[in-house]
Amino acid sequence: MDKPLIDVKDLRIRFHGAQRSHDAVRGVSFTIGREKVGIVGESGSGKSLTGRSLLKLTPKGAKISATHMRFKDIDLLSASEREMRKIRGNHISMILQDPKYSLNPLMRIGNQIVEAYRLHHKTRPAEAKEKALAMLEAVQIRDPDRVFKLFPHEVSGGMGQRIMIAMMLIPEPDLIIADEPTSALDVTVRRQVLTILDELVTRRGTGLMFISHDLNLVASFCDRVLVMYAGRIMEDLPASELHNARHPYTQSLLESLPRLDVAVENLTVPVRDPSWLDGPVYRNGELA
Amino acid sequence: MKPTRPLIEAVGLSISFGPKHARTRVVDDVSFRINEGEAYGLIGESGCGKSTILRALSGLNGDYDGALTLADKELPKTRSKDFFRRVQMVFQDPYGSLHPRKIVEKVLAEPLAIHGIDRASERITETLDAVGLGPSFRYRYPHELSGGQRQRVAIARALITDPEILLLDEPTSALDVSVQAEILNLLRRLRIERNLTYLMVSHDLAVIAHICERAGMMYKGKIIEELTSHQIRQSQAGQDYTREFLQATIEAVARRDEAVA
Repeated sequence: MDKPLIDVKDLRIRFHGAQRSHDAVRGVSFTIGREKVGIVGESGSGKSLTGRSLLKLTPKGAKISATHMRFKDIDLLSASEREMRKIRGNHISMILQDPKYSLNPLMRIGNQIVEAYRLHHKTRPAEAKEKALAMLEAVQIRDPDRVFKLFPHEVSGGMGQRIMIAMMLIPEPDLIIADEPTSALDVTVRRQVLTILDELVTRRGTGLMFISHDLNLVASFCDRVLVMYAGRIMEDLPASELHNARHPYTQSLLESLPRLDVAVENLTVPVRDPSWLDGPVYRNGELA
Repeated sequence: MKPTRPLIEAVGLSISFGPKHARTRVVDDVSFRINEGEAYGLIGESGCGKSTILRALSGLNGDYDGALTLADKELPKTRSKDFFRRVQMVFQDPYGSLHPRKIVEKVLAEPLAIHGIDRASERITETLDAVGLGPSFRYRYPHELSGGQRQRVAIARALITDPEILLLDEPTSALDVSVQAEILNLLRRLRIERNLTYLMVSHDLAVIAHICERAGMMYKGKIIEELTSHQIRQSQAGQDYTREFLQATIEAVARRDEAVA
């Protein structure tokens, strides 16, 4: 991994209020190469905002500032809306949480995928259709010809999410931002969807930014984990090393999970230390 | 807390939806019994009918076949008022289950007024205290509370009528892991303190194993197998589907073993 896809330094996202401003993300720095990076944290820790800021899809009131924020050689901070439109979908695409709300309910599934492809590649409709069918097959949808003609409400949640994945992968982006892609799914289906995502991402060498609140999932699925708390990255470590987490916050999150192997009387409830807000952060098990 | 007699029993419970010509059986001939003071879990993927059973038992859906009994008495399709005092439900999403324009006090006072229970003000203070919320929460609106606090209010609302049974429909799946730990601890503590009986629906095996002694594995509207929490932990399953289901979750958890070890 020579050059990272994404290089962010000291990212801050601030919401200006009438009386006071609120910093939702406070000085976040990270790089993402062609690897799977998980971002975990509780709700309100700023993980989704960080993901969205890469596409400049943050809410209107949010002000983004950073020392630098680069995608390959493009400076995202100074990129115009026109340039951003070229990047979105084509180079960086996003998988959202709930396929029910993120697919167009009035458009047949096949046409949506074809549209996604033709927006970025100039091809004949027939060729795009072939490509879309192949993509549906790649996400393990049996009978893609039939599904091609269905409307989003006619497919199950798991299938909808696989269709989303197909749609996001078809323009062949360099980076995928997946914002809680499996939270709306069942345990059994979740596994299937993740396996497919994993396979496609690995085969194409796409970078993946996987936003989730599920520690287990991230630990077993990703290569690297960033733990966020109150708008800061508390810890940055390889997923396989998660059990050796150094930061008390990461440790307490791990301890708060009910475990299947050991029965405990009471679960440990994380105690939050205000000093973490500006306290030390750890990188690869060492103080950064 | 010794299991003495079955408090809740379902015998040949079947529930169907849809018009006559296209009727789908969502719950198919399900029987189970829950002893007094026991916590029973229902696990299964979405659409297997676990929440439907809960809704039928709670009286939200009277259109079922078979019998449901409470303390050896068959429940009428239209439940009595007393039933609603004795059996209370906690819903999945605390963001949706509290009235946005009612302060906590009003939310808690309403069941008391309905059931004509006295000492309303004192009871509210006591119950808020029992769920670990101070008196300052009494005059707050739901939007002024965090997810975990809201779920505590929802639990307080269920507890205030002094019920024997709590029906829990995925009570922590909308919450963060750290908050989930708080709520699960609370549920465990309350059950011992008040000798409650739980029927809990969840798709998270670790949560079920933590709270419940026994659980029924549901698949396509049937309880295909009953497991003790010990069997879940050891992943001793008799049916292929159960094994598959346990496997699907356990792999994620296997990482956790070493994670905390």
